[in-house]
Order: sequence, then C-alpha cells, then structure tokens
Amino acid sequence: MTALSVPPTRAWTLDRVSGLRARPGTVVALAVVAFIVLAALVPGLLTSHSPNAIDLQHSLGKPSLAHPFGTDAAGRDLFTRVVYGTRQSLGIGLGATALAMFIAIVLGFSAGLAGGWVDVVITRVLEVAFAFPVLLLALLLISIRGPSMGTELIAVGIGSAPGYARMVRGQVLNVRESGYVEAAGALGHPRRTVIRRHLFPNAMRPLVAVMTLGVGQSIVWASGLAFLGLGVAPPSPEWGALLDSGRDYITTQWWLEILPGLLIVVVALAVTSLGRTLQHRLEGASR
Amino acid sequence: MSAVTLDTGPTVARLSARSGVRTARTVALKVVTAVLVLIAAASVTFFAQLLIPGDRATTILNLKTGRAQTYSPSELAPVKAKFGFDHPVLVQYLHYVGGLFKGNLGTSYTQYRPVTQVIGSEIVPSLVLTLLALVVAWVLALTVTLLTVKRGRVATALGSGWESLTASLPPYWIGVVLLVVFSVELRIFPVIGGDGVSGTVLPVLTLAIPLAGFLGQVTRDEFEKVLDQPFITTARTRGMGDTAVRLRHALRHSVIPAITLSGWALGALLSGAVIAENIFGRPGIGQVLVTAVNTRDVPTVSGIVLVVAAVYVVANLLVDLTYRLVDPRLGARS
Amino acid sequence: MTVLNARTTASTRANTPATTDTGHQAGDALLTVENLRVSFGPAEVVKGISFTAHAGRCLAIVGESGSGKSVTARTLVGLTGPGSRVQADRITLDPGSPGEGDLTALGERAWRGVRGKEIGFVLQDALVSLDQLRRVGDEVGEPLRLHGWGDRSARTERVVELLESVGVPEPEMRARQRPYELSGGLRQRALIASAIALDPRLLIADEPTTALDVTVQAQVLDLLAASKARGTSIILISHDLSVVARLADDVAVMRHGEIVEYGPTRQVLRRPQHEYTQALLDAVPSEHTRGTRLVRGDAPAAPRKRRPVDRGRPLLDARNLTKVYRGPDGVDRTVVQDVSFELFGGETLGIVGESGSGKTTAAKIALALLAPEGGEVLLRGAAWSTLTQRQRRPLRSRVGVVYQDPLSSFDPRWSVGRILGDALSRGPKPPSSKAETRDRVFRLLEQVGLGAEHLDAGPLRLSGGQRQRVAIARALAPEPELIVCDEPVSALDVSVQAQVLDLLTDLQDDLGVSYLFISHDLGVIHHMSDRVLVMKDGKVVERGTADEIFTRPQHAYTQRLLTALPRLEQAS
Repeated sequence: MTALSVPPTRAWTLDRVSGLRARPGTVVALAVVAFIVLAALVPGLLTSHSPNAIDLQHSLGKPSLAHPFGTDAAGRDLFTRVVYGTRQSLGIGLGATALAMFIAIVLGFSAGLAGGWVDVVITRVLEVAFAFPVLLLALLLISIRGPSMGTELIAVGIGSAPGYARMVRGQVLNVRESGYVEAAGALGHPRRTVIRRHLFPNAMRPLVAVMTLGVGQSIVWASGLAFLGLGVAPPSPEWGALLDSGRDYITTQWWLEILPGLLIVVVALAVTSLGRTLQHRLEGASR
Repeated sequence: MSAVTLDTGPTVARLSARSGVRTARTVALKVVTAVLVLIAAASVTFFAQLLIPGDRATTILNLKTGRAQTYSPSELAPVKAKFGFDHPVLVQYLHYVGGLFKGNLGTSYTQYRPVTQVIGSEIVPSLVLTLLALVVAWVLALTVTLLTVKRGRVATALGSGWESLTASLPPYWIGVVLLVVFSVELRIFPVIGGDGVSGTVLPVLTLAIPLAGFLGQVTRDEFEKVLDQPFITTARTRGMGDTAVRLRHALRHSVIPAITLSGWALGALLSGAVIAENIFGRPGIGQVLVTAVNTRDVPTVSGIVLVVAAVYVVANLLVDLTYRLVDPRLGARS
Repeated sequence: MTVLNARTTASTRANTPATTDTGHQAGDALLTVENLRVSFGPAEVVKGISFTAHAGRCLAIVGESGSGKSVTARTLVGLTGPGSRVQADRITLDPGSPGEGDLTALGERAWRGVRGKEIGFVLQDALVSLDQLRRVGDEVGEPLRLHGWGDRSARTERVVELLESVGVPEPEMRARQRPYELSGGLRQRALIASAIALDPRLLIADEPTTALDVTVQAQVLDLLAASKARGTSIILISHDLSVVARLADDVAVMRHGEIVEYGPTRQVLRRPQHEYTQALLDAVPSEHTRGTRLVRGDAPAAPRKRRPVDRGRPLLDARNLTKVYRGPDGVDRTVVQDVSFELFGGETLGIVGESGSGKTTAAKIALALLAPEGGEVLLRGAAWSTLTQRQRRPLRSRVGVVYQDPLSSFDPRWSVGRILGDALSRGPKPPSSKAETRDRVFRLLEQVGLGAEHLDAGPLRLSGGQRQRVAIARALAPEPELIVCDEPVSALDVSVQAQVLDLLTDLQDDLGVSYLFISHDLGVIHHMSDRVLVMKDGKVVERGTADEIFTRPQHAYTQRLLTALPRLEQAS
C-alpha cells in the first residue's frame, strides 16, 4: 500500500536500509515520537479542548489559532480529536507489530534452527503468503469477521508477518553460519547454550530497528483500511476514522482530510527515520 | 562481440547447449512452482470461506432479506444446492480448485452470478492503472537517482531527501492532496474522472510517486555501492568519463535489486489501486471490492484476492526471467 | 612547508637510485615524480615522495597497509578520489604526451586521453576488477573503443590477439564468456590484456598477484616481465618483498606516506640501509628463519629453546579421512580423499596447499566440527571423531582453534574479558570466582602480549594483530594440548605476521603445546613446521620433515610449487 512497507524479497533488504546515512533529522524525529507518546499517555496535557465537545455554531471551521486543525461538522476541535485518537492508533500499530513479530519469530527461528523439511515447509508457506498483499488479506478477513478494531489489528499483524519471518530466518541462518557460533561449539558449549547466548541475541539485534519501522507502517495500513470505511468507524477519534469522516469534505473543507493525514505522514516519516538511524547504528557496531 | 562467430569451436556449442537445457529446466520448475503457489493460495481463500461464522446458506438468505433470522430446511435447500453446500467439504474444495483451471471462481453471495462475471471487465482498468504506475515509477526513480547520486552534497541530499519523503507517503493521503490541488483548486482534472486520459493521470501519480521513492532509495544505495567497486575504478583507468561509467557499468548493476522488487511492487500497487480508484471514482476492482467487503460477499472478495495473487505470481515469474537477462550470473550459478 | 617536511624531501632525494650514473638507459626516464603530497582532509597520507620510472624497467613501491602506496598509484592516473588534495613539484610523463607531459596540469578530459592509452592500470583481484555483467571481450576491448582504435570488427580481432598474447587458451571462446566463468589466473591475465591493449608506455600494477595461488602468481609475474622486456615501464605496488625481488629493478620502500629507502632491488634487499627495510626483510618467514624469532630488533637472532617432541604415541591420529560434498548441481565432490597423518605432542605439523586443496576441510575434521564420510580421528589413542557430540564436549578443551579471520569468530556483543572468561570456564580447572576469572584473564592477556586495558574493549576496537592475539589467548584458555591454526596470519601485514608467529613459537617453547598449522604460504609453513603435508585436490601428495620437503621435494607438484615460489634471493 505504501512504498514504506517491508518488502518481502531477498535478504539484502536489511543491508539496504542500513546503508542509508544517519539522517540529520534524528532530533526532529525524536521530538515527534515524544509528542506522540505524550499524546497517547496524557492527551489532556496537549490540548485544553474536549474531544467530544459539540459546538454547532462553529462547525466546519477553518484552521485558526484557537483550532489549529479547524473544526468538524459537529464543531469539535479536530486537533483535540487527533490528540485523543493517538492512543488507539498507536495501540493498533504496536499491537499489530507485536503480533507480526511474534509470528515471525516463531516461524523464522523454527525454520532457521530446525532446517530440513521444517525449513522447506515454512519457506513454502511464506512464499504463498507473499502472494496476498497486506491490504487485500485484511479486506478478506474483514469480509469474513466484519469491521472492528480487533479484526484490523489481527489483519495487519498477520499480513506483515511473512516479511519479518523471512528476515528472521535469514538472520538466524547468517548467525548460525557465523564464526563465533562455530568457535563456541569448538569450545565445547552445548547447542542450547550457543543458541541462548549467541544465536538468539545476535539474530534479534537488527529486528529492534525493523520493529520501529513496523509500528509506523502498521499505523499507515490501519488508517488506510479506515479510509475505505472498513476499519475503526467514526465517531471514534482514531486517526483512520478521522480520515474516513473527513472524506465527505474533500472538495469543500479539505483540511479536515489533509491535516489528520499529514499527521500520519509525519509520524510515519519520524518513526522510519528513527528506525533507520537505529539500524545504521546497530549494523555499524557489529561490523 | 558478434564478429567472433568465425570459429565458435566445439566447446562453445557444448557449453551453450548445456546451459540451454539448464535454463529450460529452471524455467519449467519456476512455472510449476508458480502453479502450486496459486493452488495453495486458492486453498487459503476456500478455507477462509468456511470460517464465516454460522451457517453459510443462512448468511446468504440474511444478506438478501437484510434480516437476521433462521430458515426452514426447505427454504435453505435451494440455496445449498445452488452454491454446492450440499456436497462434502472435500468435494467442494476439489470443485473450487478445479474450477480455477476452467476460469471459475465461485458464485457471489449477493449477486447470485459467477464471481468471474462480477470482476470481469473491472480488472482491466485496474491492471492498466497498475502497469502505468509501475512504468512511471521506474522513469521517475531512474531520473532522480541518475541525476543526483554522488553528484555533490547538495544534489545528493536533495535526491535522497525527496526519496525518503515520497517513499513514506501513504497513497490515500497523496491521492487526496493531488485531488485537492489539481481538481478542486486548480481545476485541471475533473474530480471524478472515469477511466479516460484525464481520469488516469492523478491515480497513476498517486501510485507511482511513493513507489518511485522506494525504488529510488534501493537503486541509489546500490549505485553508491557499485561506484566504489574496483571494476568501476578499472573502467576509469581505461580513460572512461564519469557519465559513461555511470551509464555503461554502474547502471546495470544498480537496477538489479529494484528489478527483483518490481514483482512484489506490482502486488502492492494493485492493492494501492483499490484506494486510488476509490478516491478518484475510477472504475476498477477497487469499487467492486469495497462493496463486496461491505456486503460481506466473501466469494467475490476471495476471487479478487486470488486474481491479485495470480498477477503477483506471474509478475514475479517475469521478474525472475528479466533478472536473468540483466544478471547472467544467476543462471550460471544455479 | 614545515622543517620536518623539508627534511623528508631532502632525504628522499639523497636516496634516489644511481641508475642514471651507471649510464644504463640514462635517457629513458619515462615518469618523474618530485615531492608528491596527497592529503584527504587534514590527514596527509603521502608526504612528499619522489621517484622515477624508466622504460623497460620495473619500479616497485613496497609497503604495509596504510603506507600510502596505493594512493600514490592512483594519483599517477589522476584518480586519487573525491576529497583529496594533490600537490607536487613535478609529475611528468616524457616525452610527447598531452600537455607537454605535465600531468599536474591536466584537466579531466585530458586525463581521459592519458588513462588506458599512455598509462595502463592493473588492479588486484580481477573478479571484482572486471565488470561481471559484461563479456570478457568487451572488457578487454574497452580501452580500444574508448580511444577510438579501429572499427568494431578490427577491435574484436585485436581482443582475441591480446588474450592470446597473455596466454589465455581458446581466446575466441573466452572473449564471449563472462569474468566469473574464468579461473582466477585467466581473469587476471584478461585484466592485464585490457591494461596493455593500447600498448601504454607505463603500466601500473597494484598488488596484481595478491589472492592468487603461488603457481598462478608466477605465471602472472612472468607475463609482466615479458611486458617489461618489450620496453614497457612498470610500476609495481606490492606488500610482498619476495614478489618484488622477482620482478623489480628498483625498489622504493614506503612507510607512513614517506619513502624510507629507495635504490636498485639487489642493493635494497641485500644491503638495506634503513632499519625499517631491515625489519621488513627479517620478518619474512622462510627456511632461513626456521628456529629463530622473526622480530629481532638489535639483538642477533637467538635460536628457539624447543621442548623435545614426544615421539611415543601420537597426540592426534587421523586415519584415511574422506569427505564428500554434494554440489548444488547434484554432483558429489570429494574434497578430502584418504588423508592420514599423525601429530605428536609438542610438534608442529604444517599442511600446505593451494586454494581448493582440502586443507581447511581436513582441519575441521581434525577439530571434529565436521564428520568425515570415511576414516576416523583418534585423540591420544582414544576415539574422537566417532564420539557423539555429548561424549566429545568434555574433551573439547584439549583441542583449541585459531581462525584466519578472528573478528568473525568473536560475538560482536562481547568484550575481550567476557570472551576469555567464557573460554576459561571450559577448561579442566574453571575459575570458581569472579575475582579468579579476572586474574586469569589478565594472565592470559599478558601471555599473548596484551595489556589489561584491553579487558573491556570490544573486538571491533582492536587492530588485526591484537584480535589475533585475543584469539590465541582464547584458544589457550582451556589449556589445550593441541591448537589447530587455520591460516592464522594470512590477513596480516608482514611485520604483524612476524609478531604473531613469534608469539606462537614462544608459547610452544613455554607450554609444549602442539600445532596443526594450515597455510597456503610456503615460507610460513617452512618457518613454523617440524613436519609438512603437501595437499592437492583433496589428497596428500607428499609428506616429510620440513627440510626434506623444501630441499629435496619428490613429487612433481611440490617441485612446481617451490619453483613458482618467489624468493628474496632472486633480487637481480
């Protein structure tokens, strides 16, 4: 859906992203992330309005000092709604990424450690999974279970899992063939110890950065579903839901659609940039 | 090196014959794998239909009447017969998978027509949109990358900045921005454009711009690596100029990763098309799909998912073959 | 210019070889460089060097990594790289070259006319120095095309002639293949063919034989010698004094961006004036260095104090080892075939062979990291290779290992202290407290010549030599009877290599540990080994004491290896 998503092909993806320079915008990115976390934890700190205070006299207002993002059809302050919607959106992003990572780690480690037919079966399953783009897989699931936040979370989680799983498998194979794993074996450490001390931590290391990228990505996916009217539904202030309700005003009050969207873009950019910096650091430290 | 045909010699003939057989075998294997992947994908969508909560015949009747109630066996029987629910699951499964090879994707729960008819002509505009977007994305990516990679700090920063920015743009947002700017404010394109030329430009850009950013990032990274390779230095020591080094040596190496990603990109573009069509009111599977999801017409959704999966599989097959043309090493190694 | 720099320049001038005085080819100074300085940002990597290359002669620029030799070579073709600053009183290519031969004044366009036409350039490792995606013929013919030589069909013919002239068999076919389809030797020949395509008057070869097997190296050196005989001037960049001895007429020894000694090869290699040159020459392991330390300083070479080798029951007994790998094409390849050897307590057994000889596979079987298809390995007369993993684990501490690339054998997250502490815990007397671990880690570091300050360092922050010392300390920690050393010095500069080899021999003298020593380097093997196995294509073709093998080789292959081996004494 967006080009940011983790591509399912080839192991060099990790190298590719890490090859990018650490960007000067890291500080800005950190500030954005701090703002988002604050908005999710204590939204009242960032805005004095209430997200549900209806004020029909000031409906569909243009952005102003009092209402930086304008007001919606019911006269509610859009900026406040965005702030209050953060918790749910971030929750979906974190939840979906956690689910995807869990699946990926189970599949990737099983395939990479067991090898043989287990590896063949898992690799084939992943190959089939790649034939389903995330958005379409999500839509299939929604058509079966009906739209809800849970469905959205599961759909995005399952949809992005194969990409991570292939990455984890590649990492495990890399580390398994590494000199230090062989050296640990030559010292007479049991296989279990080698896996626990060397294989697991080293294979997991690059995933920290990938997970950061994944959270931004999941938020983008989920809000895309909502944009189509198939995710979290209005009047929830979840970001996707705000996009959904803003669509009716594209030709007249476009800011109701573009500003919440812009926020998603900024968050996605910030998280991506942080993820890359992290990746760059991690790669640099192990080389 | 066409002139060296004077004496190919027995070794060359033997070598090329052997590699020919090998290539044919690899291609055949790839095709078989692709078919198996599709069958597996069909199995997934089939079993997805079994996951619908409750009795399917009841669901179908409820969808028709718009109520939630129970029906007598005599009311359900014709529905079960029409959709084949009266057969054992295994038979239904074999029928479904077998139907794929005859171009049969099952029957819509809401429209009571074959899914192939429902999707039918809608798939063509979507494919046109997707392919155009892929081409435009490549042109954009190559232009920006070639003009800015390792061309001094300012150009490089501009190029890579543009790429990371566009690569992060979700299609729904860039689509809305394009719509607001070019249709609402500037009035260059109609707000609802259909599938003519004027209705195609903005949707294509919506899909192509983020993809171009992504392909550009991949290509730039590879280009930078390749320009540091010893064979590039060798070419320079022969007296080759910078532009020639880039075009004759570096370019071919650096597009390889982006090519391998294009098969995946086509799948992603098709799902992006759903959103773009939705924003611009362009005919295509997007409209059908959203309606089907809303009405919980699972066979139609499954059918579209399968078609997209097929496009993905075929695209990757083509990418694999193109890749061999650009990088003959792959054929030699496998 | 600072005082220091002025002194440098003066000293290099003073050392300019006396070739012009002898009258030999006096008028043929082709390339003259005076007071060349190259810096990248604040770092000056070439600090005012001067030299002259003559037609029909070879000037070698020798140095270790970081000496500035490669930067110098690239500067001579105007490809020093972005961010560099080049200054020189004079760089001239005489006579009749573009811009009156003054290379310092050339613009990019004029440089292009010089590169490939007036000056040919050969890089090391042709696998990455030729464009893998293009045909060999297109690569070889590229200088012809760039400089507008002939038409398409004439160039095609010329390419075949060129390939033939550098000894590539079936040149028509090879021209149509791609670089990865050629062997390493053929690739390097093709690369040279490309560099000499337009018959340049100067050929610069940057480590042209590094990474090549010794027999292939000899062929490539012969090829360069033939080019020299035809009147081409050659500048050879190399870290290997033996290679230099074989080809060069003049030698410039570089260190830290300066030329410390410059003169005719024979004089520099036989009667070095500068202590660094002397140290470099001493550090080259060979038959003459056997039984002595390589790093001498001012002291005369003291003989080793060996412990007697226990010739009773062998420590390690490998019997009829066979290992078969199935290739991706389904064809089985026997990489080790019927290999037997015995290693006695306190002894060093060397295994020497070219790439693909199966020596590393044999080492892995000896370590029981790889199970052989046939044969078995006994340790102190008891089963070793046939044990189960669980049975073998407690015995592992008796066999240590040192790899070629120490960095990849360390967990990147672990500090030196943790690496060594972990190894100690596998020994027969694992430390019982943190304090004891720390003490013993310090002692280990001391034993391998490292200070306590390295305890908390990550392996990434160590130099190559320090890393290899830590690797040796790790191998020593569980107090093994045998250490398998798989190409332990191949990635090191010659002076660092000398230190590491000295450390290994010292440890053997102190502890009586045995070594199974794997190397492709005949000099290193001769220096280190008591007995030697020569391997080729998975088989042992010859075995004997080091002196037997190196002075009276019986097998034709061993003889060929020794003939191909470049030696310091070859300096002409």
